[in-house]
Amino acid sequence: MSAALAEAGASPADVGSLISPGGIEAWRVESDFVPLVAVAFTFEGGAAQDPPGKAGAAQMLSRLLDEGAGPYRSDAFQERLANQAIELGFTTGPDAIGGSLKSLTAHADEAFELLRLALAEPRFDEDAVERVRAQTIAGLRYQANDPGTVATKRFFAEAFPGHPYGRPVSGTVESVAAITRDDLVDLHSRILSRGRVKIAVVGDMKADELALRLDHVFGALPEESRLDPVPDIELQGCGKRVVVDLDVPQSVIRFGVPGLSWRDPDFIPAYVLNHILGGGAFTSRLFQEVREKRGLAYGVGTSLASYRRTAMTWGYTATKNERVVECLDVIAAETRRLSEEGPSDDELAKAKDYLIGSYALGFDTSTKIAHQLAQIAFEELGIDYIRRRNRLIAAVTEEDVRRAAARTIGAAEALVIIAGRPVGI
Amino acid sequence: MDQTIRAAGLRRDSAVLGSRDRSGPELSRSRLDNGLEIVVIPDRRVPVVTHMVWYRNGSADDPLGQSGIAHFLEHLMFKGTERHPAGEFSKVVSALGGQENAFTSFDYTAYFQRVAPPHLGRMMEFEADRMSGLNFDDSVVAPERDVVLEERRMRVETDPSAQLSEAMAAALFVHHPYGIPIIGWMHEIEGLNRTHALDYYRRFYSPDNAILVVAGDVEASEVVRLAEGTYGRNAPHGGPGARQRPREPEPRASRHLSVADPKVEQPTLQRLYLVPSTRTASGGEAHALEVLAELLGGGPTSHLYRTLVLESGRAVNAGAWYMGSAIDESRFSVYAVPAEGLSPTDIEPELNQAIATCVASVTDDAIERAKTRLIAETIYSLDSQSSLARIYGSALAVGETLEDVRRWPDDIRAVTRDQLAEVAERYLVPRRSVTGYLLKDTSC
Repeated sequence: MSAALAEAGASPADVGSLISPGGIEAWRVESDFVPLVAVAFTFEGGAAQDPPGKAGAAQMLSRLLDEGAGPYRSDAFQERLANQAIELGFTTGPDAIGGSLKSLTAHADEAFELLRLALAEPRFDEDAVERVRAQTIAGLRYQANDPGTVATKRFFAEAFPGHPYGRPVSGTVESVAAITRDDLVDLHSRILSRGRVKIAVVGDMKADELALRLDHVFGALPEESRLDPVPDIELQGCGKRVVVDLDVPQSVIRFGVPGLSWRDPDFIPAYVLNHILGGGAFTSRLFQEVREKRGLAYGVGTSLASYRRTAMTWGYTATKNERVVECLDVIAAETRRLSEEGPSDDELAKAKDYLIGSYALGFDTSTKIAHQLAQIAFEELGIDYIRRRNRLIAAVTEEDVRRAAARTIGAAEALVIIAGRPVGI
Repeated sequence: MDQTIRAAGLRRDSAVLGSRDRSGPELSRSRLDNGLEIVVIPDRRVPVVTHMVWYRNGSADDPLGQSGIAHFLEHLMFKGTERHPAGEFSKVVSALGGQENAFTSFDYTAYFQRVAPPHLGRMMEFEADRMSGLNFDDSVVAPERDVVLEERRMRVETDPSAQLSEAMAAALFVHHPYGIPIIGWMHEIEGLNRTHALDYYRRFYSPDNAILVVAGDVEASEVVRLAEGTYGRNAPHGGPGARQRPREPEPRASRHLSVADPKVEQPTLQRLYLVPSTRTASGGEAHALEVLAELLGGGPTSHLYRTLVLESGRAVNAGAWYMGSAIDESRFSVYAVPAEGLSPTDIEPELNQAIATCVASVTDDAIERAKTRLIAETIYSLDSQSSLARIYGSALAVGETLEDVRRWPDDIRAVTRDQLAEVAERYLVPRRSVTGYLLKDTSC
């Protein structure tokens, strides 16, 4: 079953690389089943490039790209998008500014032109800057006492103190208030370059047509980025428990230990290990022990986070204040048991079967395929990664998983953040 | 196979879609002798199949005093059957590389798995088995009830905004169970037990109350053959009977309420109007309300955003939405986030004015734009087999027909400015409304 699925799962890997006459590379999958085209792209350099005291600048930049560009002020630009139902959006992470474009093929001319304007000629009109600033600050206030938001922010602050990763991507009310138009213009010119962008295009568009469009859109950008170096950092605060007081009946918990990056040879074993411990399925150990057996929480899980300068395995749950101690004990005991005893043969085999079989599920829409490709390109895993990936999973042995455990969940006690009024801590 | 129809949104004659003629998936529809309806949506692009079973019952069918039972039972459906112990189905799905989940809404409850096509038959065996063979030990009930209580704490008890939404729905629907939260009230969830769950299960879970939707790389004839060998073995119950819920009285009172909490740092204004749904509307009113919501508050080109955010700057955000898919009278919502230093009451007159003048003041282009965006969504949804499965499943589960879905783009296109003005004037009026303020409690 696994072998057949592994092959089937490789079908979206009809992915090719295209280099335009102007030297812009894109990975592409051509499909004319639905008359649309989906583009995903990722520029190196995200919130970690925010100037000191101006956390939130990169995110504000990304929110302003479609708020007026070229000859069009914000409302005119948005109307042009809406007139032809073109969807254009940008996101910011610690290491990257990403974006996506979706359009009916019939409107590709307009869609790619608006994308070019947004990337190359954003206006940063004063009214747009002030409006986005006000929206960002309102959003920060709206979530100011949301337990999940509070716990996550504190987690990053404790895990990466004094480092750009310790600052919130969306900034603070004070830091967002301090961002100037000059900051945004400067950040735009430093990050959005054609030399540091990864592009994926999926859908109903021929190669020669796409090549011309790539030159038109991305050829308009400067050749190179000017990024500040970001130092390496290891997750700090291991073994520490921090309570953030909030008057709520349920505590939100975040916990994490140092992890392995995408490009580490033990990343795939760590990924299998994570699936067994707290990956997405109902079968994970934490889901079974925390939710199924004890009814401690609605959601519990862990995931691997790999950034350019650090990596971690971290997890989440939420339980009523009275049961926080019990919940943390169960999570710590299961984590310890897995790292000391390793997975059973059956457990390892089933985890691999799941990860191999389910890979194809992430490739069922044009937008998802484009985002997957852009991420694989950003992590520099190679265009053949989709074909190789299931073989990498299949090759993982119990020894590999134990070694990954010894380097991650077995190497340190977790940093634990609790937002709420936990009893007994 | 008694019907074959074209999927929604595939007409090629509109400006939006351009001139290329391309057919969409051909839907197949059939019905087993035991009453199970079957819809098959082909999608041959990827080796994935989405298998969904929809039951025509949701939280609005919860017995009085047992709010949350539809949702609690949805959780308990993962707790085993006479033939398969708890967790076995999930283990099989997982080992096959599949994904699964379930969801409960006001009018329906649905279960789904996504797997590679060769495993569709196994999914059907398990799903058909739990349609009639659910059996779980009393010992699993208490922990699962705790899970649901934690879910409610997560979604509502820790979030003042969600508490406001709950209070507003309860005020909008003075008689109809749409005013009761899907997850149930805390104190009633605490009292739910095994007997409640199994009584509810026996009443509603049967092939003649269910719809099977399969989307993916499969032949319709193969789906029907597999369904006959699995679901076909479940005996019909004669159905749960007509879905008679108490009807809302004609509303008279404009209602205002607020939730004040020390944790609130950003006040907001929300409003609900009692409006017809696709099922209760006549004369195209539901389609007009759909366009009106987009025109009034769909994104940064909408009338509310333009007047309150771009022009006056007295709000930092504003929008609207309409829940058309419902069996009984439904809700139309408007919201606004006041700019710094302003309260919800400061901007409410301006919001009222914008709503009242919307249709008269927008351009023809704006109306066309709203329609274009709505219709384009149906094309974009063709790119996602799970979206298609949800669109058709939810439509059938609330009693719409496949023809209704097929005609939807045309019906949206046909909405006139006069119809927009009529529905706005008839339904977006104070006596049909509940206005909610989310405020900071500064007293403690």
